[in-house]
Amino acid sequence: MNKGTSRPLTLDDGARVGVVGGGPAGSMFSTFLLSIAERVGLDVSADVYEWRDFTKTGPAGCNMCGGIVSESLVENLAAEGINLPTTVVRRAIDSYVLHMDVGTVRFETPLKEMRIAATHRGAGPRGTTPSQWEGLDGFLLKLAEDRGARVVPGRVEEVAWTDGRPLVRTRGGSFVPYDLLVVAVGVNSKVLGLFGDAVPPYRQPRTRKTYICEFAMGRDLVEERLGSSMHVFLLNLPRIDFAAIIPKGDFATLCLLGRDIDDALVEAFLDAPEVRACLPLDAEGAKRVCHCAPHLSVRGAREPFGDRVVFVGDCGVTRLYKDGIGAAYRTAKAAAVTAVFDGIAAGDFRRHFWPVCRAIERDNRLGGLVFMLTRLIQKARLLRRGVVRMVSDEQCRNGAQRRMSRMLWDTFTGSAPYRSVVARGFHPAFLARFAGNIIAGLWPRTRRG
Amino acid sequence: MDTGALGKVYNDGEVIVRQGDEGHCMYVIQAGEVEVVREGDGAEIALAVLGAGDVFGEMALFDREARSATVRAKGEARVLTLDKRTFLRRVHEDPSVAFRILQRMSHRIRQLNDEIARLNAEVGKLRPGQ
Repeated sequence: MNKGTSRPLTLDDGARVGVVGGGPAGSMFSTFLLSIAERVGLDVSADVYEWRDFTKTGPAGCNMCGGIVSESLVENLAAEGINLPTTVVRRAIDSYVLHMDVGTVRFETPLKEMRIAATHRGAGPRGTTPSQWEGLDGFLLKLAEDRGARVVPGRVEEVAWTDGRPLVRTRGGSFVPYDLLVVAVGVNSKVLGLFGDAVPPYRQPRTRKTYICEFAMGRDLVEERLGSSMHVFLLNLPRIDFAAIIPKGDFATLCLLGRDIDDALVEAFLDAPEVRACLPLDAEGAKRVCHCAPHLSVRGAREPFGDRVVFVGDCGVTRLYKDGIGAAYRTAKAAAVTAVFDGIAAGDFRRHFWPVCRAIERDNRLGGLVFMLTRLIQKARLLRRGVVRMVSDEQCRNGAQRRMSRMLWDTFTGSAPYRSVVARGFHPAFLARFAGNIIAGLWPRTRRG
Repeated sequence: MDTGALGKVYNDGEVIVRQGDEGHCMYVIQAGEVEVVREGDGAEIALAVLGAGDVFGEMALFDREARSATVRAKGEARVLTLDKRTFLRRVHEDPSVAFRILQRMSHRIRQLNDEIARLNAEVGKLRPGQ
């Protein structure tokens, strides 16, 4: 493959684009590419290669992810004219509940409306019967199809290059040449391995194993125990950076993110009283129906582009722990805009696509700091008491004065960049009030003592 | 209400945006209809009825004028709020996000031009000597 020529490479009338992967990144890239091309009068076609059938339940139709569409992404999609229907959103979320051993606090969306979408990526967990619901991935792929993309239901087995152009071959098929190849497979896909040699500067993202489990609870129990809130846990358990339980219709999804999450750690988490209160695992309670241990990108790919090739979604760069679908949207959009307006050479992607990825990567470094501080809070009971006191105290204050609530909201929802979270966290007024609450948290113990 | 419904539900006649108020948000209708009315001299003039997928209040994102009309639910309507700051931050990052809204505004200007032309024609008929 030619990894960087100086000659201009552009998408011209009749150009063919191959998109490997029909998850959110591939679907949104195709939708935006075809929409923008139509606006400027450019006639291009897009083939989306996706072997999964998103109408199937269980692993066959699932892309293994928490399935949260963040507040900012819900807004961005709405502005783009993509409104998530009630058949896709299993539970609209209006609040977060933070559980700690020292207490529980609830904080609502700043605008007090349902602004976060809990979805299943496929048609539903293993063993369930397909219902009136559709998965997020199937919905977005259908949008791309409606825009004119052709879905090729096959697994890509080989990628080659001839005269600087990419060729794609599916199982039992022949090579199909493209003017631009868009790689939109997840980090868990074996297909990603095909690109190591085919695109020399590219190096896959660094990943970490996570744990996702679906529990069947029944709608009534979900409403009673979880309601319309996402439940986040800051427990003093090792190696867990983030733990959440998300209500989704009759089900609840457990997401554990961290380092070396094994069965023993999962059981220790499920056995914590704060977790059992949300997720009762007795005979009448929640039943595990499906689980997986997918890898999650924790550091972006090196050089996720070349002449006539670009990597979007988490096989390129994604956000640390949060809003992966939002990062797929941003990188897919940036790649589509670049391809139509600027060109498809490595230099074009470097100048116009890479800054978007780099901004996400830089923000992730601050995200690392945020999660380091979160781990500190997990370990220090004194700090946890300070958090609970401060959030409780803020409930009677106006929006701008809810500094801890806003910071936790932005941290857990992924609605704002990590740099905003850090800026809030190091604001003198925040630090002073937090210190005051930590000290106040000492008082009852001192008096008793 | 459907548990998968995003946004906020407004009951029939409930005001979502009031003419003269300061605007910090725009809105996208998720389900149902809203009516846009202009208030003045104790009377109301109906300007439009908007349905699912339509946006309103978008002018507040681009100017600092007060709301130019009142918008209220016509029947039960579900509406998603788009925060001005969040939206403009995204527009600075990717200006094409605003394309759809510009397209809507362009469409409305065309409708207004047609309306002005129609009203001028009617005034012309009422004043045949001019």
